[in-house]
Amino acid sequence: MPFSNLEELQQRMQSGESNAVAIARSYMMRIQEQNANINAFVHLDQDSVIAQAQASDEHRKQHGARLLEGLPIAIKDIFCTRGENTTCCSNILKGFVPAYDAEVIRRLREAGAVLLGKTNMDEFAMGSSNETSAFGPVKNPWDTDRIPGGSSGGSAAAVAAGFAPAALGTDTGGSIRQPASLCGLVGLKPTYGSISRRGIIAFASSLDQAGPMTRTVTDNARLMSVMAGQDAGDSTSMPVPHANTWLDACGKTDMKGLKIGRPKEYFIEGIDPEVRQRIEDALAQCEALGAEIVDISLPHTKHATAAYYVIAPSEASANLSRYDGVRYGHRTEDPANLDDLYSISRDEGFGEEVKRRILTGAFALSSGYYEAYYTKAQKVRTLIRQDFEKAFEQVDIIATPASPITAFKIGEKTNDPLTMYLADIFTIALNLAGLPGMSQPCGLANGLPVGLQWIAPAWQEGTIYNAASAYESATTWHTQTPEVKS
Amino acid sequence: MSWEVVIGLEVHAQVNTNTKAFCGCSTTFGATPNTQTCPVCLGMPGQLPVLNREVARKVALTGMAIEGNINALSKFDRKNYFYPDLPKGYQITQLFLPIVQKGLVHIQDKHGNEKSVRIHQIHIEEDAGKSMHENSEFVSHIDLNRSGIPLMEIVSEPDMYSADEAVAYLKSLHQLLKFLNTSNADMEKGQFRCDANVSVRRKGEPLGTRAEIKNINSFRFVKQAIEYETQRQIELIEDGGTVVQETRLWDSVKNESRSMRGKEEAHDYRYFPEPDLPPLKLSDEELAEIRASMPELPHQMHTRFVSDYGLSHYDAEVLSTSRDLAAYYEALVQAHPKDPKQAANWLANELLARLKEINTEIADSPVSASDLASLLARISDNTISGKIAKDVLDDMLKSGDAVDAIIERKGLKQITDSSAIDDMIQGVMDANPAQLEQYRGGKDRLFGFFVGQVMKVTKGKANPKMVNQRLKEMLKG
Repeated sequence: MPFSNLEELQQRMQSGESNAVAIARSYMMRIQEQNANINAFVHLDQDSVIAQAQASDEHRKQHGARLLEGLPIAIKDIFCTRGENTTCCSNILKGFVPAYDAEVIRRLREAGAVLLGKTNMDEFAMGSSNETSAFGPVKNPWDTDRIPGGSSGGSAAAVAAGFAPAALGTDTGGSIRQPASLCGLVGLKPTYGSISRRGIIAFASSLDQAGPMTRTVTDNARLMSVMAGQDAGDSTSMPVPHANTWLDACGKTDMKGLKIGRPKEYFIEGIDPEVRQRIEDALAQCEALGAEIVDISLPHTKHATAAYYVIAPSEASANLSRYDGVRYGHRTEDPANLDDLYSISRDEGFGEEVKRRILTGAFALSSGYYEAYYTKAQKVRTLIRQDFEKAFEQVDIIATPASPITAFKIGEKTNDPLTMYLADIFTIALNLAGLPGMSQPCGLANGLPVGLQWIAPAWQEGTIYNAASAYESATTWHTQTPEVKS
Repeated sequence: MSWEVVIGLEVHAQVNTNTKAFCGCSTTFGATPNTQTCPVCLGMPGQLPVLNREVARKVALTGMAIEGNINALSKFDRKNYFYPDLPKGYQITQLFLPIVQKGLVHIQDKHGNEKSVRIHQIHIEEDAGKSMHENSEFVSHIDLNRSGIPLMEIVSEPDMYSADEAVAYLKSLHQLLKFLNTSNADMEKGQFRCDANVSVRRKGEPLGTRAEIKNINSFRFVKQAIEYETQRQIELIEDGGTVVQETRLWDSVKNESRSMRGKEEAHDYRYFPEPDLPPLKLSDEELAEIRASMPELPHQMHTRFVSDYGLSHYDAEVLSTSRDLAAYYEALVQAHPKDPKQAANWLANELLARLKEINTEIADSPVSASDLASLLARISDNTISGKIAKDVLDDMLKSGDAVDAIIERKGLKQITDSSAIDDMIQGVMDANPAQLEQYRGGKDRLFGFFVGQVMKVTKGKANPKMVNQRLKEMLKG
């Protein structure tokens, strides 16, 4: 049961074989037994979970099942959940309990989902290894000496470890796709504007998008169809076309007529040869399924990381100003004056990586440097977007590795932020271009999961679901699970 | 060479929408602190701004009224600084591409000549909350009711050359906003605030270094602050010093300004585009709709009053100072169309003076336009004289009674019966034979004496025109 997918759980509830309360209890029992090894959850209110499950069972009885009826979903601690701790895994928000749900959370509740606690993450989603969390690192269920990826590392580890059948993540530069890749899951970052950001704690507003992390492509589409949709409360959200076709798009078993772009810039030196081989194998499989592989170029890819590490920290430096110790969150004791209240509270509340990014961002925006950094980075962003536009004149979809390497050891890169930043080298460009991207399991390298990344034009999630479900139907990689010791 | 002061002004006017700029909270003034707040204007985690389009429409209307360019696409930016009453740690404003660029505000300089002050731009921004330090030296209180209140910042070019011109500009702008109903511009409520950029130069020389004076919130303080600053800079330079670029705070109690921060301590606000808000787009249809809602503006009203009602420029000026006053006048003329000039006199000279004594605005006048019209009607139909009418107006303001009721109650009805008037004139002639003889002997100026006597006998109620006419005839004998 721990490795069931949403579809299977739903069938068991529908047939009366099980119910939401029983399912929730069994996951919570597993979490209780094994979370200490993985550190995937940072907050779990068992009473609340049971109450939600009971209400769901009642709803099923009275009114029938909704789209996510009784399905437990783990929630990254970046989503505000009404009446429950929401900390972004930062000391500065320790004990913060919002009075409101994020719009996505509201949508999940409305669809009958049972919110199964809050998962660990890199502090304010800033990290690629889940080592910057104020609650300590998350361990990869495939090898607990290794990182699960980040920043949605807790969500990825929770699903990989069988603590939950699915989870919510957010992705600013790869934070869904990279941990999905490293933990062997299906993780989608949708088109920017698909999912309301309201109530999701902001890291970099022009890049942040929430998305589902699941075991299967169909589960992913099911969650997406609930999460996506325009919200008047988020001015950057947009009407989402074709959302009602996504579930059907998952029925594909071949790739006939599909043109898949293979960008040479994503098959470079520095990529783990084993990883590269798994991706080449996957592309061969796609060809066997009827796809045409087309060599393409995305020439500005090499500048993506640099541009990202100007734009994201710049936005973050402003987004994180509200954590000032005045109205909520951590406030230092007995500050001597107002400046101390700010600087000491923030010094005590924020971790090293967050401080590094605030400083980087504040510097990039400062007078005299703005043009050289922020303006230039925005120009690069435009070039990257144009790269993709040109590529999509030739192909329907692009396939790349999601990560150049498999999960690395905990502590291996913590002292070298620049190397750490390269972990997102293949995922960042999509955020800059606002495009949808998915990582799906495509085998193991060195005994660890490898993720195949699909990139589609904006609003073409359906194309991704087509391709990914066809690939999934022809392979068994998505059914592999780690052995988790208690 | 003589000195010249050069002034540019930045006005922060509160846009008078019912709800805040980026959330649905009420903008009602004076509510209990922190009761008009929500997660958005409190800067809670994950909360996002949503533009109140009414703000954009009102600012666009203001821009059209000053003949500015309305940008069909404008953008929002973040201005970053830390202050306890700024919940997000940044203010949403428009730096790089504001909604209105350029424009003109018309004023009269000290010689009464028309002149235009150029507007650099008008942009939308949100207000911060209010910090209150008065109760304790250890504790400050923060009221976030004002956080997120919509403002338009109207930035002029340095086109004013005296404190009086600056005040004339502010008054003209103030009047315009009220006419447009885009700001209530109540200065006591902080809805119309002004910062002044002041520099001095010898005539003909390039601009000098400017100082920015903040916190000048009445027309009087603006004049005082600018005059003080002009004098300070001139004295500084004449004593061999140089003006430094700085921000100064006006102290209206001590009548002086003091340095708040110099150029070195100036904030780096690290402006950058607001990623939570898409560009503000105004479609052609929306712009046309806004333009169609443009009310008559003060100078247009002035011209129309002169041409349609034959008013003097002075009266037209007075009556077009506010929309309320103009509306009162037009209602008055409509109810009593016979003599618009007389109506203007009665309103501007009689009623306004009396309202001023009781500290009442025209909008709250106890005597309505139709009340005043019926008073004028009684003058026209000779029921009462103009002189008696002034007493009736006093009574109306005090008692609230109708004109006819007062005339009735006080027995003020004019005597227009010619035989009765003849009788009274005869009586006066009989009682003053000596004067009569002198008059008939050529002492014409005694005529006034006889008028006075008749009026005295009739307690002023006799129709003065008839008295004049009959007296002339009867005195001839």
